[in-house]
Amino acid sequence: MSDAIEVDARGLLCPLPVIRLQAAAKGQAVGVTIKITATDPGVRADIPAWCRVHGHAVVAERQDGRDIEITVKLGSAP
Amino acid sequence: MNEPRKAVALISGGLDSMLAAKVIMEQGVTVEGLNFYTGFCVEGHTHAIRSTDRKREKRNNALWVAEQLGIPLHIVDISEQYKDIVLNPKHGYGQNLNPCLDCKIFMVHKAKAWGFLEENGFDFIVTGEVIGQRPKSQRLDTMPLIARESGADERLVRPLTAKNLPPTLPEREGWIDRDKLYDFHGRNRKPQMALAAQFGFHDYAQPAGGCCFLTDRQYSAKLEDLWQARGVRDYSLDDIVLLKVGRHIRPAPHFKLIVGRDEGENHFLEGYRKQFVHLRIESHLGPLTLIDGTPAAADLKLAARIAARFSQGRDAERVQVSVHTPDTTVEMLEVTPAAPTEIAPRWYV
Repeated sequence: MSDAIEVDARGLLCPLPVIRLQAAAKGQAVGVTIKITATDPGVRADIPAWCRVHGHAVVAERQDGRDIEITVKLGSAP
Repeated sequence: MNEPRKAVALISGGLDSMLAAKVIMEQGVTVEGLNFYTGFCVEGHTHAIRSTDRKREKRNNALWVAEQLGIPLHIVDISEQYKDIVLNPKHGYGQNLNPCLDCKIFMVHKAKAWGFLEENGFDFIVTGEVIGQRPKSQRLDTMPLIARESGADERLVRPLTAKNLPPTLPEREGWIDRDKLYDFHGRNRKPQMALAAQFGFHDYAQPAGGCCFLTDRQYSAKLEDLWQARGVRDYSLDDIVLLKVGRHIRPAPHFKLIVGRDEGENHFLEGYRKQFVHLRIESHLGPLTLIDGTPAAADLKLAARIAARFSQGRDAERVQVSVHTPDTTVEMLEVTPAAPTEIAPRWYV
């Protein structure tokens, strides 16, 4: 997981973290992982939903203070 | 139908666009959703800044709709370009500062620009518009105007009201069957609800119109106040986000307080502390207060008294307030909290 693409979306309100994640995913190969850090609790619902509609998977989620880290594994060409 | 066609559907998160996309999907067309972020979108998360709203279900309605439909959803940030629509709507405003007709034209135009790119390869655009549904943007005379001015022309299909309009290119070419489209019109929601039931959709967001802060009277008043105070009709994304948060109190034209109303808002405002002069209540529990504008020393004292009014020291004789500048200079003030009568009702924006 250490070679995951990292996206910092702290301080952004949804859906901006999803938009940042979507931009990071664009053009990436299947199997690539992206770790996004955000502070809007809405990402807990939105990022899994975005993953479901695009065929990706949430592989890890952890909270560190106010920061919410979600790691996504790309499952289809975005 | 000789070859499979692809349509891009504008998905607002409301019922109409959900149904429109579904009607086209039912005809064997591959549909993907497109949702635009303008900065003015009303979503549960914005409300969820407030601690009191945290128990509400948090979901992005557009994503939720896409999931119900089983289609991908592409969310596009148009907030910067959208400024020109808000500031200079060619067709004027609808309710409050909602530039609804220009907004629809712009979104269809963006959908065309995005969807008809070779890499995306969509053949036509689908919207949930219904003639007579909205007084400004969804009328018999505005439907062709939107198609024309957006550049989508005959590749714009409104499945819910299509039979009230001339056949579009996808209908004439046989990509979709006009007989399986609808003739909904007016503000009556019953046909949509019946169609939703037919498709098995029992849970959906409230009808369109509630999805944009610009339709909100109070929000629009705050935006107009901002323009008036700055002497220029302009805004940044931070400006319009902050208009959704806190109490906005303007004691004088050159400065305004943004007072957090609860822990959630205080935390959110913390993210802006490096951009604004801000006040903290030191002797009691109290809000974080941002000062927007160019306050003088006497103004800061008044601001501190107002901020103290919204702290747990509101009835104390003296309250300690720290004044922080973005360059981290800190000044301590000891103030008497403002009495309610000292905060003029007209100061509340």
